[in-house]
Amino acid sequence: MKIRAVANNTFKEAIRDRILYLLLFFAAVCIGFSRVLSLLTVGDENKIIKDVGLASISLFGALMAILIGTGLVYKEIDKKTIYTLISKPIHRYQFLLGKFLGLIFTLFIMLLLMSIIFLALLFLHTYTIEWAMLVAIFFIFLELCLITAVAIFFSCFSSPILSSIFSVAFYLIGHLSWGFETLLQKMKPGVGKILVQILYTVLPDLENFNFKTEVVHHLLIPSKVLVYSSFYGIFYTLFVLILSMLVFRKRDFI
Amino acid sequence: MAIALEIKDLHKSFKTGFIPKRKKILEGISLKVEEGEIFGYLGPNGAGKTTTIKCVLGLIFPDKGEIEILGHDYLSLQAKQRIGFLPENPYFYDYLTASEFLRFYAQLFSLDKKEIGKKITDLLSLVGLNQSKDIQLRKFSRGMLQRIGFAQALINDPSLVLLDEPLGGLDPLGRKEIRDIIVRLRDNGKTVFLSSHILQDIEMICDRVAIIVQGEVINQGKLQDLISEKILFTEIILSGIEKKDIEGLGECLAGDGGRILLKVFDEKKVNDVLKLVQEHKGKIHSLIPRTETLEDLFVGMVTQQ
Repeated sequence: MKIRAVANNTFKEAIRDRILYLLLFFAAVCIGFSRVLSLLTVGDENKIIKDVGLASISLFGALMAILIGTGLVYKEIDKKTIYTLISKPIHRYQFLLGKFLGLIFTLFIMLLLMSIIFLALLFLHTYTIEWAMLVAIFFIFLELCLITAVAIFFSCFSSPILSSIFSVAFYLIGHLSWGFETLLQKMKPGVGKILVQILYTVLPDLENFNFKTEVVHHLLIPSKVLVYSSFYGIFYTLFVLILSMLVFRKRDFI
Repeated sequence: MAIALEIKDLHKSFKTGFIPKRKKILEGISLKVEEGEIFGYLGPNGAGKTTTIKCVLGLIFPDKGEIEILGHDYLSLQAKQRIGFLPENPYFYDYLTASEFLRFYAQLFSLDKKEIGKKITDLLSLVGLNQSKDIQLRKFSRGMLQRIGFAQALINDPSLVLLDEPLGGLDPLGRKEIRDIIVRLRDNGKTVFLSSHILQDIEMICDRVAIIVQGEVINQGKLQDLISEKILFTEIILSGIEKKDIEGLGECLAGDGGRILLKVFDEKKVNDVLKLVQEHKGKIHSLIPRTETLEDLFVGMVTQQ
């Protein structure tokens, strides 16, 4: 009940913020632009619309998650609204969980709007609703959950600008860390290989959530991979949330 | 009398600077607030007033010391269920309207839905914001934020209300209104703990006070026990009499329009002055005996430290 109240409040606060609509507007422009790009391409026009559309959803979703995720928790501390909130009968973890759920719900609505624009554009072109796209979008949503948790974690102890930079770094590292896998295959056994192995294990691999290519090219995705990716997302998000709660539990609000 | 808030030997320090250095803020604060009184917590800026309140509310964790609120551990939800808090310079969620904001806080106390609606209407009319209930808080003025802050502090009908500089930044009319609300709270059996450096306000409404300087309580007790009733001097404004005639009776300061302001330090001499004025057919405009004020006590103690 208390978590729901905080989540509700976070959602109201976030959804009335203009920056979200600015991002939504640019996302819509980008998705629309995929149609223009497809005209310039030789070959499969649909493929370009799907590719650029899904990439836009993923990128702008991540930007929204980072911007509102780092902003909202920090704002509570900076503007001191947290003083009155924590002095009410609520546990700190309830506050953090409420914030997280409120943000996730906001992102869900934004993702829904972007998906509707994307699917509508695709429908105008192919005259069919491509439900398969939803698989890719579902995993984008899981990725956004993780990024939001990371953004909240960083904003528990640093300023919004630093948290944004850290979160963007997390996003970039997450999408590039699969390179280590290729590197591992080419390395000879030794200390170097062990170090790279450790790095690869510790760093997030956000490519686990990337099913854009498979969906666009109608490739079959083994259910084992889907299950693995889902669990990876859920457990990683829970891990980061628990870490945030531990940091938040003993923090002094000066 | 039962104890509403008890603080024992509270210590708190913060690490500051690039190479962390401990800075002591509170150095053994102990005080007791009895139920049903208005307790004034005063001290100069930076003395540790807000730090103490933050410790009580569990916003920061003390290095050492014990705090008990209404017989409960201060971090327990039972304690928090029964307290209300108004921070200094309150600032709330920009995009919520006044009634949405109060509804949100009411939900944190798990109040009944029907009860919440009535409570919000009552509180908004108590603080005079009925007309603004559907306005977003970012459009509120400083005084209005203070009022809505007051309303949120009372949403759970608390037994103990902690107010951090509740009268700061308000115009004289706003200050009077808030003072009236505080007194009404006490009359309804609530305990009020308020920190301030505006001494006149504290003097007007507080039953007991504690004075804190550099993280230590240097004096606490009933206001009338702390301030002596002894008359320090009498201020008389008179006219129709020559300055030289009364010079020996007290400190003589000439005022405007032939009026003389006379400071008489010896109580017995006041009668002599009155007689003299009668003899000269002069006029007394005012006669004010000045007792020690909280300000005198406060300034004396702070400078002593």
